[in-house]
Amino acid sequence: MEAGRFIVSTSPHIRDPITTRRIMCHVIAALAPVTVYAVVIHGIHAFYVLVSSIAGAMLGELAVQKGRKLPVTLDDCSALLTGLLLALTLPPQLHWWIALIAGLVATVLGKQMFGGLGHNLFNPALVGRAVAFVSWASYMNAGYAKSASIAIANTSTHKLIEKAVDVASGASPLAAMKIIYDPSTSPIGPGGVPHGIQASTYYKPLFLANPWGCLGEVSALLLILGGVYLVAVRIIDWKIPVIYVGTVAVLTSFTGRDPLFYTLAGGLLIGAVFMATDYTTSPLAGRGKVVYALGLGLVTWLLRFWSNNPEGVMFAILFMNGLVPIIDRYILPRTYGTVREARKTGESGEAAAS
Amino acid sequence: MEKTTTVAGRKIPRFLPRVRGGVHPPDNKQATADKPIRKMGAPELVVLPLRQHLGAPCSPTVGKGDRVLVGTVVGDSEAFVSAPVHSSVSGAVRNIAPHPHPAGGEVLSIFIENDGEGALDPGLSPLDWKNMDENGIRRAVRAAGMVGLGGAAFPTHVKLSPPGQYPIDTVILNGAECEPFLTSDYRLMLECAEEIVEGMRIIMKAVGARRGIVAVEDNKPQALRVMAETIRDPAIELRSLHTRYPQGAEKVLITTLLGREVPSGGLPMHVGVVVNNVGTAQAIARYFRTGLPLVERVVTVTGSVVREPANLLVPLGSSFAAVVESCGGFTEPPAKVIMGGPMMGLAQYTLDVPVIKGTSGILFLSSAEAGYEIPREPVCIRCGRCVQACPMNLIPTYLAAYAHREKWADLERLHVNDCIECGCCTYTCPTRNPIVQLIKAGKAELARRKALVEKRRADKAAADADGGGGNGSR
Repeated sequence: MEAGRFIVSTSPHIRDPITTRRIMCHVIAALAPVTVYAVVIHGIHAFYVLVSSIAGAMLGELAVQKGRKLPVTLDDCSALLTGLLLALTLPPQLHWWIALIAGLVATVLGKQMFGGLGHNLFNPALVGRAVAFVSWASYMNAGYAKSASIAIANTSTHKLIEKAVDVASGASPLAAMKIIYDPSTSPIGPGGVPHGIQASTYYKPLFLANPWGCLGEVSALLLILGGVYLVAVRIIDWKIPVIYVGTVAVLTSFTGRDPLFYTLAGGLLIGAVFMATDYTTSPLAGRGKVVYALGLGLVTWLLRFWSNNPEGVMFAILFMNGLVPIIDRYILPRTYGTVREARKTGESGEAAAS
Repeated sequence: MEKTTTVAGRKIPRFLPRVRGGVHPPDNKQATADKPIRKMGAPELVVLPLRQHLGAPCSPTVGKGDRVLVGTVVGDSEAFVSAPVHSSVSGAVRNIAPHPHPAGGEVLSIFIENDGEGALDPGLSPLDWKNMDENGIRRAVRAAGMVGLGGAAFPTHVKLSPPGQYPIDTVILNGAECEPFLTSDYRLMLECAEEIVEGMRIIMKAVGARRGIVAVEDNKPQALRVMAETIRDPAIELRSLHTRYPQGAEKVLITTLLGREVPSGGLPMHVGVVVNNVGTAQAIARYFRTGLPLVERVVTVTGSVVREPANLLVPLGSSFAAVVESCGGFTEPPAKVIMGGPMMGLAQYTLDVPVIKGTSGILFLSSAEAGYEIPREPVCIRCGRCVQACPMNLIPTYLAAYAHREKWADLERLHVNDCIECGCCTYTCPTRNPIVQLIKAGKAELARRKALVEKRRADKAAADADGGGGNGSR
């Protein structure tokens, strides 16, 4: 009794329901609260930035795939996520066309030129931001101003910054600190503890409603919750964000600065949770991830305190992205049944790294 | 660290460390878990392939037209790594010819027409293992045609004959049955616990081990209870394992239970352990009790399109078609037929293949369950799920990519031969890469190339020695 023709394929014959699109959607869901809140805090212009950036990213992907006659993969939501992540690293008052171009650059130059999903060396969203950052530096730095909802934040804190810092109003907190600590421009004087402005006065706005930063820097709390969600649904590994942020905090306190302020301020949290954990541009396996995260912390610290640019996260991640192939080649997991034997010559008994 | 749980008045350790890596597919055992083992009548024709185990295939020991009885040897081999094949019915040898084999290809097979009498071979008689020495037990186990019944079908007497330099201290009986859908070992533990324990003692005696461990996954509390009630020997322990695939893989089991790692390229005996399936232990005990060699086995017949899913005691050589007929046939035509479980089983193209010693289950999946997707050019988003899932700590995605790009040196550098082909990587891959398929193909091609190099070297050595017999042809 032959029942007909059967499918013949090799095992396994069942699959986990997880798909690329589901993974991307989890990340988008984790970013949703901070995205919505950013529009609430910064107003409708932030929404324009979001739409332009996402449109740019998706158009870039579509154009390349159409042009190369490849299957269009917009339905995997990865271009959408790239555009969203990029927007969250942009200032809320940025011209829409800069956001659009950054989005195009992100997917065309940052992703498709390397061969598309899974092949890019650098985080596409950060490639887009980096290009915008070096091309329209003044716009990128001035775009924090005119925040519609400054009242939500601690008004007295805001006044303090304006008083202490003689720059365009609405400089990001990190830029403010940079100027305060810089002996050549500081109104306080070299080496002195700045009076009138305390890092701790920033804690609350940075945590809850920060009107001075990029879209995604609007609330550290929402970013952390997003990260907890991604770890809980097993989309990301806790190692990279925790070790990265921890390293920055420890090194910052060694430098005599306020570790909590430097953890909450700038792009560190969004970078650690959503950019450094990007699958394609981070190491594959456990120990490599630890090395990568430690490197990120070190480079971020170096850039923040020893370069002209107050915000080191973007370049730290791009730099470490470039090292990932090397990390992945030399820092591999110990294959079952291999190293312990070799170790027996050096160590005795139980291997520590079991 | 180790906690205990009380089952049937006995304390058994639980919460052992879980498998490193692994996956947790839905277990789908509900259709047959509560169905007692039912004996299936022998079909009119049985087809016994002469290769039902790993190792050397057998040669026929009967001729066309010969009359055979239940338990008559129909095929045997001189090779050490081989096990004889016995007739599962009485009747006449109708043909000896190649026939489709469930492991693929065609294999020389003995076709026996069943006369329905079920007459036993007069040479069969019970054996008293307690008065036998190790060699006697091994010889008997070989004579019974015993192979591992978990699916891999490695000849059991070979496992029971570790060379002297590797003393065995522990025998593990694997009752994990971590493959979804399968319940044959579970039913055996419920219904034949006495025989399983006796089988354990026979194996322990054969290898000179002082300690025995029966390991059962904690999704089978009934089996744990029955085993706890049955085990009375203080040398035999019962362990409850985390439910996780591939908990039942030999190396994984050894590491979970004993914290020992089998060296790369090595065997369990290299760390003093012998692992057998609970089904194998049961079959060994039954053989010593009855003298009847391995001519039937329990097969889980299941899947949503089977009318009456069952745990069947099937005479070896019965066709899959006959098996499904005795389960009431199909409610709708299956889209995929698998011998074994869904994680490691083999897809079949016909129901004309026979049940063999390694057939732990036959799975009939509907097209929705089969969920087949045509493999594409591999795309990897480097999510690392396969790396996390690999119980051998390999980097499956790189192995697959290297196999795809034919980078043989890189394959070896990343220990491709340590892959146990459990399929966790492929199960968990969000982009549906055929990872384990590529790795299997890569392993096979690597082995072929190495053999070729060896052969060339041997040929050259032979030519240099002017006709001397090369010894490197292995």
